[in-house]
Amino acid sequence: MPENKFVLLFNTIHDVLRMEKILKQRGISHEVIPVPRALSSDCGMSIMLYTDVDSFIGYLGSIEVVAIYEFDGQEYVPFTIGKLN
Amino acid sequence: MIYLDNAATSFPKPAETIDRLNDFVKNVGGNPGRSGHTLSLEAARIIFEAREKLTSLLGMKHSERLIFTQNGTESLNMALLGFLEAGNHVVTTSIEHNSVMRPLEFLRRSRGITYTAVPCCSEGFVDLDGLKRALTHNTKAVVINHGSNVTGAVQPLAEIRNIVGRTCLIVDACQTIGSTAIDLEAAGADIVCFSCHKSLFAIQGVGALYVRDGIELTPLKFGGTGSRSESIEQPVFLPDRYECGTPNTPGIASLLGGLSFIEKEGIARISRKKQALRARLVDGLRQTPGVRIYGHRSKSPESYLAIVSFNIDGMLSSDVGYELNRRSLFVRIGLHCSPVAHQTIGTLPAGALRASPGYFTREADIDTFVEAVREIAGK
Repeated sequence: MPENKFVLLFNTIHDVLRMEKILKQRGISHEVIPVPRALSSDCGMSIMLYTDVDSFIGYLGSIEVVAIYEFDGQEYVPFTIGKLN
Repeated sequence: MIYLDNAATSFPKPAETIDRLNDFVKNVGGNPGRSGHTLSLEAARIIFEAREKLTSLLGMKHSERLIFTQNGTESLNMALLGFLEAGNHVVTTSIEHNSVMRPLEFLRRSRGITYTAVPCCSEGFVDLDGLKRALTHNTKAVVINHGSNVTGAVQPLAEIRNIVGRTCLIVDACQTIGSTAIDLEAAGADIVCFSCHKSLFAIQGVGALYVRDGIELTPLKFGGTGSRSESIEQPVFLPDRYECGTPNTPGIASLLGGLSFIEKEGIARISRKKQALRARLVDGLRQTPGVRIYGHRSKSPESYLAIVSFNIDGMLSSDVGYELNRRSLFVRIGLHCSPVAHQTIGTLPAGALRASPGYFTREADIDTFVEAVREIAGK
């Protein structure tokens, strides 16, 4: 089964880096990448998570995530937090 | 060379400041958070780390509410011009810097605000009863110079907070931040404005303000933030709402170095060292015939910063400053951009000399300085 990835979009680079700090502390595999143009015309950065949802969702805390997409290597599929429940 | 003008800009800087600055200019150099490449990201991380460290130094919690500016003056302008509207009344003091007085005067003329400058004693401490009386039903803000750049007087913030109640308290902390152990969260400041090139050891060109949750400012500047680039409207989220255009990333990198230095040394130790220098300077000058010190008299040492203004009887401060400069002793002369403060201490328009030791000043430097003043006064 191919491992899915998640792209997290934020309002500001400040929130991206707050998230990065948490992910680093928790040892969660991730990468800060430019916002994929397929998702937004924003010229900022986003976070690609190389993990399943359960391992990061609890850490979002006060950081506002604008959108989450699931990426199978070809397509970005909108992912809603509600899907967790 | 003995540099006693640290209240203007601290000098020399710690090695950490220079190393961080060097490293940024030499190895990073990117435009923070905008361009999507590694160097841009690295620049953004430097700003992020500095923002987090500075927020925690203030005793505050939400680093996105810490806004970087060019200097303390820009921070105060953002606070005053962004917060005050037509018909508002402001209470301030007669020990303020022109970075408060000029924006207030501009707002009085342009927006029709009114303001009351509460008198201070000749040492520069605000009259707390007067402050209480000055508050009216439409007082929108109280603006206080936490530590005077002229007399070194430190105002009792917690007491002031109690007096002003729920009115917005705007604090000019340019001289106190990094110099004394202050928990601004505990002191209840709503907006804290300061520069970073004094006791935070950054290079010139960096300032900041912290805006407490619930306080909205109208931005002074509008432009590119690297976020929501498809929109022509300024973002509403922080810090982007108040920060646009390329920031002074080399300056903020140097600030990060300065903050690491402060962390390593500890504010308590820095404060103790500067207190000892202040005491030595005040004692030395006090024992010098013909020297008149402004303040540093009636209160306990922690009520004063290492900022000592003085004059020599019968001499112009400019002449004394000239003589000191000839001996490579560097102090500031004149009005220190604070005419109302000099009116308060009785030195308007002649001004005074101001000696402000820094963390790297040695006791022997103070002795050499006092000896030179003695010599000049004895002429």
